[in-house]
Amino acid sequence: MGLILLYSLRNLMTRRLTTALTAGGMAMVVFVFATVLMLSEGLRQTLVSTGMDDNVVVIRKGSQVEVQSSIERAKASLIETLPEIATDEHGNRLVAREILVLIVMPRRADGKQGNVTIRGITARSAALRPQVRLIEGRMPREGSSELMVGKAIAEKFSGGGLGETLRFARRDWQVVGIFEAGNRAYSSEIWGDREQMMQAFRRPVDSSVIFRLRDGAAFESVKQVIESDPRLMLEAKRETRYYEEQSEMMSKFLSILGLSLSTIFSIGAVIGAMITMYAAVASRTAEIGTLRALGFGRTTVLFAFLCESLLLGLIGGIAGVFLASFMQLLTISTMNWQTFSELTFCFAMNYGIVFKSLAFSMLMGITGGLLPAFRAARRDIVEALRTA
Amino acid sequence: MTKAVSPVPLLKILLRNTLRHKLRTALTIAAVAVAILAFGMLRTVVDAWYAGVEASSATRLVTRNAISLIFYLPISYREKIQALPGVKGVSYGNWFGGIYKEEKNFFPNFAIEPKGYLELYPEIILTDEERSAFYRDRKGSIAGRKLAERFGWKVGDRVTLKGTLFQGQWEFVIRGIYKGRDKNTDEGIFLFHWDYLNEVLKRQMPGLADHVGYFVIGINEPSMAPEISKAVDSLFKNSLAETLTETERAFNLSFVAMTEAIVLAIELVSYVVILIIMAVSANTMAMTARERTREYAVFKTLGFRGRHIAFMIFGESFMINLTGCIIGILATFPAAEAFSNALSQLFPVFNVATETLVMDLLAAIIVATVAAIVPTFRATGTKIAEGLRRIV
Repeated sequence: MGLILLYSLRNLMTRRLTTALTAGGMAMVVFVFATVLMLSEGLRQTLVSTGMDDNVVVIRKGSQVEVQSSIERAKASLIETLPEIATDEHGNRLVAREILVLIVMPRRADGKQGNVTIRGITARSAALRPQVRLIEGRMPREGSSELMVGKAIAEKFSGGGLGETLRFARRDWQVVGIFEAGNRAYSSEIWGDREQMMQAFRRPVDSSVIFRLRDGAAFESVKQVIESDPRLMLEAKRETRYYEEQSEMMSKFLSILGLSLSTIFSIGAVIGAMITMYAAVASRTAEIGTLRALGFGRTTVLFAFLCESLLLGLIGGIAGVFLASFMQLLTISTMNWQTFSELTFCFAMNYGIVFKSLAFSMLMGITGGLLPAFRAARRDIVEALRTA
Repeated sequence: MTKAVSPVPLLKILLRNTLRHKLRTALTIAAVAVAILAFGMLRTVVDAWYAGVEASSATRLVTRNAISLIFYLPISYREKIQALPGVKGVSYGNWFGGIYKEEKNFFPNFAIEPKGYLELYPEIILTDEERSAFYRDRKGSIAGRKLAERFGWKVGDRVTLKGTLFQGQWEFVIRGIYKGRDKNTDEGIFLFHWDYLNEVLKRQMPGLADHVGYFVIGINEPSMAPEISKAVDSLFKNSLAETLTETERAFNLSFVAMTEAIVLAIELVSYVVILIIMAVSANTMAMTARERTREYAVFKTLGFRGRHIAFMIFGESFMINLTGCIIGILATFPAAEAFSNALSQLFPVFNVATETLVMDLLAAIIVATVAAIVPTFRATGTKIAEGLRRIV
């Protein structure tokens, strides 16, 4: 068996140009395959990690995202009195009413516009999200036109940097802090004082009420309480679930796009492998005859050629995954259709993607090698020896 | 000596050579055809992304709230805009964002002021009966042909949308199914009376009543667009709701720009498929040329020069790639048709552009050239004695 494997490997080494070109074609298919999976995974990771399991988001019934929701003050007050809400060490109830709006901002790079989320926060907003860390400057003061800006926005949009001024809603807003939340959706937001936002935007209603549960298991009963109250017309979701839902549409689009593209592209690469393997079989007729004459069976010959094409696929797969891994250095910034707002996320590689990509490349190799390998195995010994 | 070789036998050799390895040639042609098909489809997807921009009219301006689209404008602005010189007509609408049964049934739906709107959009074609029936019925609506086909709607059908921005179940009666005047008119839109929305809002959310999402302004002279835009915006400067007015094209483009990263990715990927096919083609040519090393040496002893051999290799490469390209192009049309039917909600306008075909051809020429370069150098650079001795 070892001999046969070595034979396959040596053959690939001898025809270096052909091997490189065939594996190169497959590497590019794997690159596309892996990259799109990484993009979809990066988007999912960003949004899933944004939420915390014990946090609950309350929005108006039927509105799928905070931006579309509106909750009158009286209703918000009712939510704030729920007994299941947790308290911090100072006895403060961990609940925040927030207002969310979108503003149009120009990009630093080309001046093109993007919709950026502005969150009007209250005293407990930051405590509800321990993932958010101030990295420069300070928090905005209550009752002032001050803002803190997520890192992704500060970098990419004009006027978002520390010390800069943003003008919207007939006011100038000072950027006094930059915060970071890792690869989470908050990094693509701007935070300021809720009361100031309400006045400036002339929106006397909240968009959402966020609270921490004293006991995570109590979620179903709290949900029941909120959603069954006919006065409220509100719905409650676990924060994790809320953000996960926001990734669904784009994530699905990316996966379908990626899978259909890789399938179509792989036809080209599989044919490439087939051409190479047919040529390999044709030019080694004498060798096949010799192997058979030495006593190697048809299955062994079949196996040898399949091994060769499998190796070819694997080389392509490894090269493709290697190239794709560099994509992790890039971030991508686009509008999420579901929230209508800017979201920055990375290409995220994980073992699942590596495994899928390598399996995909080997499948391409096997598919390309199957017919040529059968042809090799079917060769008659005497005839094969005679062609030499 | 060189003159002794006329191109006719060369062409004959070339053709014979191409057909020598029938299987290999057929496989390579198939691979090229698939790649060209994929390339053409991807270019068409990119075009479809910009279809709204292409379909926009030069005589329409869009005015929206300067903060962002989620903020509204008071309806009283209409009369002030109407009074500006150069303005032919003003209409308005709201993005409604209703859902038909399930979220996956997404289609754009707007509440609009019907008369002015349809005047500003002459590309929306309705029969006179449909038009007047739509005007008369306050709960009436019109749907694009493709949209109606998608859900099997007929004139007179009742359609209920679930509100997302505006609460509740909203009932409509289809009064007309419009056709697009131009090839790139979006036939996947649902329009209904703004008055219907406004009446309900007066009761439910009085703060939002008498406000519109955007104004559409019809102008007489496209060249007046910048001036009129400026005039509109300065009318409302320092008011509670400042406006941003731009041409319909710029407005649509700003939407596309927000998802530009994805368009860019698709564009890049479309070049990757060309690289893949380059590798496959180059491999075929390299293999072919290597197998014929001895023949080339024989040709040279017979008096053929390097350029004759180059001609044979390039000719074969072009023959294979161009055949594949033509098959790929021919397959693009039915494929685009099928794709358009399957994904009409995502890409309501999906047409193969002539430029795409030119790009296809250009790609095939580049691939054919690149694939032939290395084998040609190898074949022409090999000395006769070496070539004759060479074992393949």
